[in-house]
Amino acid sequence: MTTPLLQVNDLKKHFSLHGGAFGSGAATVYAVDGVSFSIEKGETLALVGESGCGKSTVGRCILRLFDITAGQVVLDGQRIDDLSAGALRPLRRRVQVVFQDPFSSLNPRMRVRDILAEPIRNFGLAKSAADLEARIERLTDVVRLPRDAVKRWPHEFSGGQRQRIGIARALAAEPDLIVCDEAVSALDVSVKAQIVNLLQDLQRELGLALLFISHDLAIVEHMTHRVAVMYLGKIVELAPKRQVFSGPRHPYTQALLSAVPVAEPGAARRRIILKGDVPSPINPPKGCRFHTRCPYAFDRCRIDEPPLKPTASGHLAACHLHDLPAAQNPLALVA
Amino acid sequence: MALLEVENLQTHFRTPDGVNRAVDGVSFHVDEGETLAVVGESGCGKSVTASSILRLVPEPPGKIAGSIRFRGTDLLQLPDREMRRVRGNDISMIFQEPMTSLNPVLTIGRQLTETLRLHQRLGKRAAEARAQEMLQLVGIPEPRRRLGEYPHQLSGGMRQRVMIAIALSCRPKLLIADEPTTALDVTIQAQILDLMKDLKSKVGAAIILITHDLGIVAEVAERVMVMYAGRKVEEAPVAQLYRTPRHPYTQGLFGAVPKLGSSLSGEESRLSEIPGTVPSLKQRIPGCVFAGRCAVATDFCRQSAPALELKAPGHLAACHYAPKEALAA
Repeated sequence: MTTPLLQVNDLKKHFSLHGGAFGSGAATVYAVDGVSFSIEKGETLALVGESGCGKSTVGRCILRLFDITAGQVVLDGQRIDDLSAGALRPLRRRVQVVFQDPFSSLNPRMRVRDILAEPIRNFGLAKSAADLEARIERLTDVVRLPRDAVKRWPHEFSGGQRQRIGIARALAAEPDLIVCDEAVSALDVSVKAQIVNLLQDLQRELGLALLFISHDLAIVEHMTHRVAVMYLGKIVELAPKRQVFSGPRHPYTQALLSAVPVAEPGAARRRIILKGDVPSPINPPKGCRFHTRCPYAFDRCRIDEPPLKPTASGHLAACHLHDLPAAQNPLALVA
Repeated sequence: MALLEVENLQTHFRTPDGVNRAVDGVSFHVDEGETLAVVGESGCGKSVTASSILRLVPEPPGKIAGSIRFRGTDLLQLPDREMRRVRGNDISMIFQEPMTSLNPVLTIGRQLTETLRLHQRLGKRAAEARAQEMLQLVGIPEPRRRLGEYPHQLSGGMRQRVMIAIALSCRPKLLIADEPTTALDVTIQAQILDLMKDLKSKVGAAIILITHDLGIVAEVAERVMVMYAGRKVEEAPVAQLYRTPRHPYTQGLFGAVPKLGSSLSGEESRLSEIPGTVPSLKQRIPGCVFAGRCAVATDFCRQSAPALELKAPGHLAACHYAPKEALAA
C-alpha cells in the first residue's frame, strides 16, 4: 500500500484558559480530542460539523499554525508536527490554505502582483525575473482573473474575486494539499458556484488534495470524495460521501442531514430536531459526547466512550448502537 | 385589503461618489397571516426594504420615497411620535445577529418588559408575568431564572429565541425577520424554524422573511419575491416558483445551489454559474438590471427595462423573454 499524502494520528489540541482572579479558574478547552484520518493524493476529504466542533482547529494544526498537544501529523511519510521551524519551511510549501474571509485574509497594502509573488520568492520557485512574471501571469489565468488584476489592490475587488486571489496565492507555492477553511461560506450563492467549480477544475487539472472544512452539507456533498463528521472535538463518522449521505451511521450525522432545509416546497420529510445546545468543550460530557442530545442514548452511552470503528456497512462510526443486534439498532433501519 | 401595501418604494443613499439606489421602485403586498419570503444575494436591497418599512433607515444620508400603507395608513407620512407606536407593537423585527441586537448590559427580563410596559401600558408585575409566559412560549426552560440573566449567559440559539419573544410580546400583526437563522448552526436553525412555524399558527402574525437560503424559503414561505440589484425581478407562490422559475436570474440561482442528496442520484453534475458580478447601484441602469450577466440578453434588454408582467396566475416576472402562460380570462 502506498503511503497517503497526509496522515493524522490521534491528534489532540487543548487550549488552557487562564480565567478567574489569580488564575484560580484555569480550565482546559478540549478543542480537538483524538482525531485520526488520512488524505490520499488528489482526494478531497470534507470535515463537517457545527461551530465549535474543532474542525478549523484540525486544519490549523495541520498547517502548523498551532502547535499540537498530542498525536502526529505525517506528510508523505514524514512527521511534521515536531519539526523545527527551519526544517519545516520547505514542507510548508506543500500544504497551503484558503481562508473563509476574503476581506481580512489579503494584505490591503500589497498589490495583487506582490501577494502572488511572495510565496514564489519565499520558496525560491522562480528561476529568473522573467519566470516570476510568467508564473504570476499563469496563476491569474488559472483562477480566471483578468490580466490587469495584478496591478490592482485587494479593495478594488469583489468578494468572489478576492477569493480567486486567495486561491491563486495558495497555488503559487505549488502545493500538494490545500486546506480550505470555509473557503466558500462567506460568498453569495451565484459566486459560490463559481468558486466551487474553480476548485473542482483545479483539483482535476493539478491533482491537488483538498481538506474541505465546511458546515454547508449540500456543498460538501457536491464537492467531496469522503466525509468526516465532527462533534465536540471528535470524529463521529467517517466514510465515502455516498454512504454518509444515503445512510448515515451515527445519530448526530442523521440529525445534521435532516436539519438541512431542502429547496422543495411541500416535501414531506422526517426531521429529527435535536434538543438543546452543543455542550461546552471545556467540560465535555462523560461517555459518548453526544449522549446529552441523542434521541437513542441508553445507559452505556453515559459511561462508555464509543470508539470510531467499522460498522456492518463499512462506515467508520463511533456509536454503541452498532454493537446491538441489527434488529434493535435504529440506525440500521434507515437506508 | 392587504395588511401591508408597498408601492414604488425607493430608498436611496447619498454617498461621496454618487447616489446609491439600494431599493429602486419596488412594489409588493403582504396579506394578513401570510408568509412572504424576500430572496436575493447581498446588496440586492432586501434588508434595506425591510428597514424602510419600519423607517429604520437613517435620513440623511438615506431617503425613502413611495408609499408604505399598513392597514391603510401611509407609514411614510406618520410623524415620528406615531411611528414609534407602530414599531415593536404593530410591526416588529428580528435581526440576524442575536448577539448585537440585544443590549448586553440589561437583563433579558428588562428587555422583554420594556416593550410591554411601553406599548401595552402594563404594570411591572403584569409585564413580568407576561415576559415569563413569552419565554415559555419560545421554549426557554426555567423562564423565571432566565429573566434575571444577561445576553452573554445565553447561547446563540437561546438569544434568538429571546429576540423572537420580544418581537412577539405585543402580538404584532406583522413580523419582519431579517435572516433570522443565518448566524446559527443547522441543528439550531432547525429548532428556530420549527418554532417560527409553530408560533405563526399560535399568534397569527404575517411574516416577511428575508433570506438568501432557498431551502428555508421552500419550508416556510407561501409566496416569494426575488430581488436583484434593488429591483423586484420575480414574484410567485412558492410551489410555482420552484417548479417553473421564469426569470433568468431566478433560474440561475436555482442552478447554482447544490441539492442535498445529489450524490444518491449518481449524477455528478456541475453547478451552473451566473457569470460576472452584480452591477454597481451608483449608476443608473437604463435597461434590464440583469442584462450584463444574462445568457439570453439582447440589445433590446440593454436599452429598455422590462416591466413586471403577469406571466401566469399570480406569477410576475420582469423579463422581456420569459415565457408567458395563456391566462384564463
